[in-house]
Amino acid sequence: MLPFAPFLIPLVAIALSLVLFGGFVGLAGADVQAVYQSIYRGAFGTWFSWQNTLTSAAPLMLTALCTALPARLGLIVIGGEGAVVVGGLAAALTGLVLVDANPWVALAGMALAAMLTGGLLIGLVGWLRHGRNVNETISSLLFNYISIAILSFLVIGPLRDPETLNKPSTHHIGDTHMLGALGDTSIHWGFGYGLIVCLLLWVLYKRTVFGFAVDMVGGNVRAALLSGLPVGRIVFLVCMMGGAAAGLAGMVEVAAVHGRANTSLNAGYGYEGILIAFAARHHPLAIIPMAILFGGIRASSGLMQRDHDLPDATSLVLQGIIFILILASEAVFARLAKRQGSAA
Amino acid sequence: MSTPHALALQAINVSKRFGALQALDQVSLKLRQGSIHALLGENGAGKSTLVKCIVGFYTPDDGEVLLGERQQAIGNPRDAHELGIGMVYQHFTLIPNMSVLENLVLARPHLPAVIDWKKERQAIAERMQSMPFQLPLDASVNHLAAGEKQKLEIVKQLLLGVKVLILDEPTSVLTPDEADEVLGRIREMTRAAGLSVLIITHKFREVMTYADDVTVLRRGKFAGSAEVAGVDIRQLAEMMVGSEFSQTALARAAVAEQPLKLGIDALSVADDSGMSAVHALSLQVKAGEIVGIAGVSGNGQRELVEALAGQRPPSGGTIRVMGETYSGRRRELLRHGFHCLPEEPLRNASVPRMSVAENLAFRHYDQRPFSLYGLLRRSRMAAAAVQAIADFKVRPPLPNAPIGDLSGGNVQRAILARELGEQPNVLVVANPCFGLDFTAVTEIHARIMAARNAGAAVLLVSEDLDEILELADRIHVMSGGRLVYETTPAAADPIVMGRHMAGHGETAHAD
Repeated sequence: MLPFAPFLIPLVAIALSLVLFGGFVGLAGADVQAVYQSIYRGAFGTWFSWQNTLTSAAPLMLTALCTALPARLGLIVIGGEGAVVVGGLAAALTGLVLVDANPWVALAGMALAAMLTGGLLIGLVGWLRHGRNVNETISSLLFNYISIAILSFLVIGPLRDPETLNKPSTHHIGDTHMLGALGDTSIHWGFGYGLIVCLLLWVLYKRTVFGFAVDMVGGNVRAALLSGLPVGRIVFLVCMMGGAAAGLAGMVEVAAVHGRANTSLNAGYGYEGILIAFAARHHPLAIIPMAILFGGIRASSGLMQRDHDLPDATSLVLQGIIFILILASEAVFARLAKRQGSAA
Repeated sequence: MSTPHALALQAINVSKRFGALQALDQVSLKLRQGSIHALLGENGAGKSTLVKCIVGFYTPDDGEVLLGERQQAIGNPRDAHELGIGMVYQHFTLIPNMSVLENLVLARPHLPAVIDWKKERQAIAERMQSMPFQLPLDASVNHLAAGEKQKLEIVKQLLLGVKVLILDEPTSVLTPDEADEVLGRIREMTRAAGLSVLIITHKFREVMTYADDVTVLRRGKFAGSAEVAGVDIRQLAEMMVGSEFSQTALARAAVAEQPLKLGIDALSVADDSGMSAVHALSLQVKAGEIVGIAGVSGNGQRELVEALAGQRPPSGGTIRVMGETYSGRRRELLRHGFHCLPEEPLRNASVPRMSVAENLAFRHYDQRPFSLYGLLRRSRMAAAAVQAIADFKVRPPLPNAPIGDLSGGNVQRAILARELGEQPNVLVVANPCFGLDFTAVTEIHARIMAARNAGAAVLLVSEDLDEILELADRIHVMSGGRLVYETTPAAADPIVMGRHMAGHGETAHAD
């Protein structure tokens, strides 16, 4: 197989998706070429749209890791949404507790609390899988619903700031404790977090003893056990790291965007992260461009709505087409690779 | 030999290259009509590759395949099928949860949209009369023994009306009796029905007893061809291994100090369904001794080895290594020099998608020199792998190739290099020579003996009684999850052991 095939597959799938999407908007009565132009303009056309795109990409990079890290072990975890929600909630609560503290302390505390709760949530998924043989996909999906329900209960009930009328939320963490922007752009520090975490985890997987052990467990549990590896602990840790990344995304949403925890936390970043992880073939570095691409689609959805009178869900349709085509092309290429592989 | 000399099939100067590996180099083979032709060679000699070129699974880079006297373009297995060439693969290609009848019908390339089972049943039952083996049509394939499945595979091809039948190591899953039955019947078919058979094997006995002709391959090259009547085993062995052939005598050194190294106390292990497979088994292995566990497969040997390997938690009892309780954790494993060679190394001891070098580093990847401060040093792993690959003759010698791409024998060599590349203190071995050719077997036996002579405590679990008699100092027979009989190779009586293996021993010996 060609050495760059892993990158080619998603690119071809995305190109094909754009063609299909053109057919869809055409049927919806819009001018296809103009829609393409709007997407480009809204996502990557100007510096302003780039800033929007990168801001949207920030949480996506982190939530994608929640699926991509356990995927190395052969687990399909889709609990990013839940981890964002509990992470964001924990960050907001910590921010309220540390409201009088030094901003650095407050931010560090919020990040830690978010990573810990998100990590424990997905770590629990890993433990259920290894220790109790509970399917990780089902359990992580159900944890999403539980997490969202807990968030709604708390922000409507005991933690509600009475001044938030339209959108029940917790109290604000205070403007001085908000996560700042990168330089004089409007891109917040969450994007930096995302880049750093992706890079760190790539190094962890590629270069460290821990990454080697993860490869062993993911490649063949029996061989890993034969070599005396603590398989259960590794499964728990990897899931926990994935959950921590998604939890951090929740903290970023609270500390850089809303200043409060509310139901905006479950805006689908977690689910979109699943898509990005698959599109990036679970490679921590490939997640970065994929997250930017999907961030761009998110950023341009407003423009599509405004200029072409297309419904809000249009960008979801595009995402859905891309997802299906990437999964399908994976299957096709896997079959090709197998055919070539068996010839070797 | 009254066989006519018309050729059923011939391959002329076939070459096939995979990347850096020349798998076949100008190999020719002539299969006479109505004969059995054996294709003999070591693991990785290119037997399977040649056959796969013949049936159109691979396209040869060079050379041609002639059916009868005519050249035929065989582009894929379906073409081969149309031309009356059928192949029985080493691994079963049956649908396990369907009946024999259903498997036979579904094997046909062109099926009607609606199958008239009544008619099919009648037709197949009739034709079954003329088949060499009779099989119960309604039995589910799940419930057939390995020997019956092999017969079903052959009947499946015969019912399709093949004229040339290719068998890839058909007897590797059969007992000697079953092998004799299958090969004997096939031989009758070649005489009576004009079937031509090409059979891949590395068992000399089968070649000498059943084949008419033999072609030998060595490292992808044609090494010789002869009528079986005109050669003896020694000549074939020389063709097969060339000048490398040397029978290593297994020197059994006396070891002076024999402290107890591996102790198993009342160990109980459950199988996958939770049923007890090993019942309160106790066993001691001292330094410098090989304890053999003989038995028919499925009597708890697998579960015992898995428990020792850390792959299956025991349900009771303890394992002690050097007097300390042992649970297979990494620290214990390294401190005690505990090594294990499980059966089916690709499934049990390697990660197929990781490279040979990485697989070789599994024991020490987290120690110097393979890593430093938690960071891997892959160049050190590769360098060590190059050495190990040379020492253990792993082919092809590519440290960065995924180990899953290697042939079965070479995966075994690589895992052997990992587990025996350093002197083990305690060694657990299970069926180490399954499906390997005799040079590899000799070499593996020599290495196990060398480990013993250097003071290792060796537990050898094997279904091959000859192997146990050759290597072991003491022998236990395992039956129904218990050790039921103990003897030594010198005192061993095959009839008594056989009775105990079959579970009919006197109860006085049970522990």
